[in-house]
Amino acid sequence: MLKKLTTAAAVLSMGIAASAQAGTLDDVKERGMLSCGVSTGLAGFSQKDEKGNWSGMDVDVCKAVAAAVLGDANKVQYKPLTAKERFTALQSGEVDMLSRNTTWTLTRDASLGLNFAGVNYYDGQGFMVSKNLGVKSALELDGAAVCIHAGTTTELNLADYFRANGMKYTAITFDTSDQTRAGFESGRCDVLTSDQSQLYAIRIGLKNPSNAVVLPEVISKEPLGPVVRQGDDAWFNVVKWSLTAMIEAEYLGLDSSNADKMVKTGSPEQQRLLGVEGDSGEKLGIGQKWAYNIVKQVGSYGESFERNVGKGSPLQISRGQNAQWNKGGLMYSNPIR
Amino acid sequence: MTNASSSTKGQGSAPAFYNNPHIRAVFYQILLVAALGYFLLTIIGNTLANMEARGIKTGFDFLTTTAGFDILMSLIPYDASYTYLDTFYVGLLNTVLVSAIGIVLATIVGFIMGVAYFSPNWLIRKASVVYVETFRNIPLLLQVFFWYFAVLAALPNARNSLNLGDAFFLNIRGLYLPKPLEEPGAMVVYVAMAVAVVGTWFFVRYAKKKQDLEGTQLPTFRISLAILLGLPILATLVMGVPFHLEYPELKGFNFRGGITIIPELMALAIALTIYTGAFIAEAVRAGIQSVPKGQTEAARSIGLKDSKIMKLIIVPQAMRVIVPLLNSEYQSLVKNSTLATAIGYPDLFTVFVGTSLNQTGQAIEIVFMTIAVYFAVNMTISFCMNWFNRRVALVERK
Repeated sequence: MLKKLTTAAAVLSMGIAASAQAGTLDDVKERGMLSCGVSTGLAGFSQKDEKGNWSGMDVDVCKAVAAAVLGDANKVQYKPLTAKERFTALQSGEVDMLSRNTTWTLTRDASLGLNFAGVNYYDGQGFMVSKNLGVKSALELDGAAVCIHAGTTTELNLADYFRANGMKYTAITFDTSDQTRAGFESGRCDVLTSDQSQLYAIRIGLKNPSNAVVLPEVISKEPLGPVVRQGDDAWFNVVKWSLTAMIEAEYLGLDSSNADKMVKTGSPEQQRLLGVEGDSGEKLGIGQKWAYNIVKQVGSYGESFERNVGKGSPLQISRGQNAQWNKGGLMYSNPIR
Repeated sequence: MTNASSSTKGQGSAPAFYNNPHIRAVFYQILLVAALGYFLLTIIGNTLANMEARGIKTGFDFLTTTAGFDILMSLIPYDASYTYLDTFYVGLLNTVLVSAIGIVLATIVGFIMGVAYFSPNWLIRKASVVYVETFRNIPLLLQVFFWYFAVLAALPNARNSLNLGDAFFLNIRGLYLPKPLEEPGAMVVYVAMAVAVVGTWFFVRYAKKKQDLEGTQLPTFRISLAILLGLPILATLVMGVPFHLEYPELKGFNFRGGITIIPELMALAIALTIYTGAFIAEAVRAGIQSVPKGQTEAARSIGLKDSKIMKLIIVPQAMRVIVPLLNSEYQSLVKNSTLATAIGYPDLFTVFVGTSLNQTGQAIEIVFMTIAVYFAVNMTISFCMNWFNRRVALVERK
């Protein structure tokens, strides 16, 4: 009996220990499939069409990693997660990475056993109100009922903002983005608060988008980015540099349409990114054409932005702080060499 | 060896201690407990070690840090500057509140519907059957959604509230009631209430004793009601009504003042009441049917009315069947109250396992605390119901 129990305990503990140390990169290669945690549906970032195809800026990061590691951007298994589920799913190894409009904060970075692999969207929290309230500024919201998505930094920023301005409010929390929108539409709350990008996405999902206005105030910094488990540096590097390659490609003027041409005629910097020169792939433990695959199959950061949330999308969000650093934005890629 | 020596000493001496079956039994029990303890300690130790290796924070220190988020409804003072431990209490009290409301209302609905099954009136009888079969067979989550998203969300907005005498308002944000505020002298009314309750208790005992000794019946119910209502009302009038009402008023976006009952609480309480009520109705029906028909016939033969037969003969005997069933229905209700998370009612599960867990990331500690709470609450219910069960069982034996 005792022997059986100790064996069971040993097996269990070894199981836990093994999954803690295993290399995610090897797992993904062996599986031939990347498991990527995305949102349950958020226009422009991760959404599923009628045919079951996922698209969006966050989805493009998943695709970029799959293209870099497996050579095929479509070898991704998307796991829709609510805000409350996401970290547990990543910690427990249910997903290889999280690309789910997640704000990079100290608590999450330092106490959850996670690492943020960069920023793919600089966001900030804002407010959306119904037009007939006649509210022009967030400072007029004293006494309002506010709908929020549970388990987000939004909940904390909201409390800070109202406290700092001596205003009262009622917080009504919902589990998913859709439920939050339903709460706003039914009139349960006066205000919906979320990251600005999400507000625009939620707004176009309303039955009558012109009835809602987004207020000008941005009350927080929300750097959103992909997340991996702490203590797996090889995988951390792959995800970090896959995102970097997208940003670098835009900086270098590469995109999915000219990648093939530039392999032959590009500048040394372009050719190095595309894997013609150098051994960046070898250093990361993936194929030499990793960045070429990203650019060719997913596109540059700029392409992804315009296609999903910018000019090519119903959201029509301008680049703003998400422009390249040399064009007044914050997107800055570390050198790939 | 031992066997040989014991045989030489004759049959009267006891076998060696390790051959004693009682000692052996205890020894193996201890061994099993030790093995289980070791197993659990290994698991806990391993989990902690691995979590540390992965850089996940552990321990209960987070309970004393500021939570920084607000909660829709709280029975105790709370705002974003309170700690995570306070969010635990807020959630716990909200769970207890919705469970208590659900248990009381479901019991009332269940008893009425269960007894209605035996009504001589065809319509009432069928209504009971339809109620039980409908609500027992629809998933509770669906019922919660129905009340929240279909019924309550269809109410008008704050400006077009349903208005009853400018004191009661019902809209999509909730039910607004006037709130009685105390003035000096209110204490006298509270004392009168307490006196009324104690007085009623003594009166009921006196009436029962009188009936046992003399066989005369007093109109116990009417007199009790008169004491319970009359004394506080008298005290209120004598003190010149030491209360005034604070009416809810539409200011800015919402109603302010008065008491607000949020729609999330209403939807959850209604759904739990109606769902559990259907099961309690079945328990009551089973209990009543378990009383042999001869009891009714005997009661009729001594000239009791049908309503008296139900109250004095059937229900007291049925209780011994009903109470154990009620126990498990009440426990289910408490557990089912976690469906609050689907509509955002801030119960323990929504607030603590939902938001607090997400903000701190300390899943194991928080889930463990929450499990302990539901366990403790249900053990308490079980304890009370078992006590009550012993009482009704004793009454039956007399």
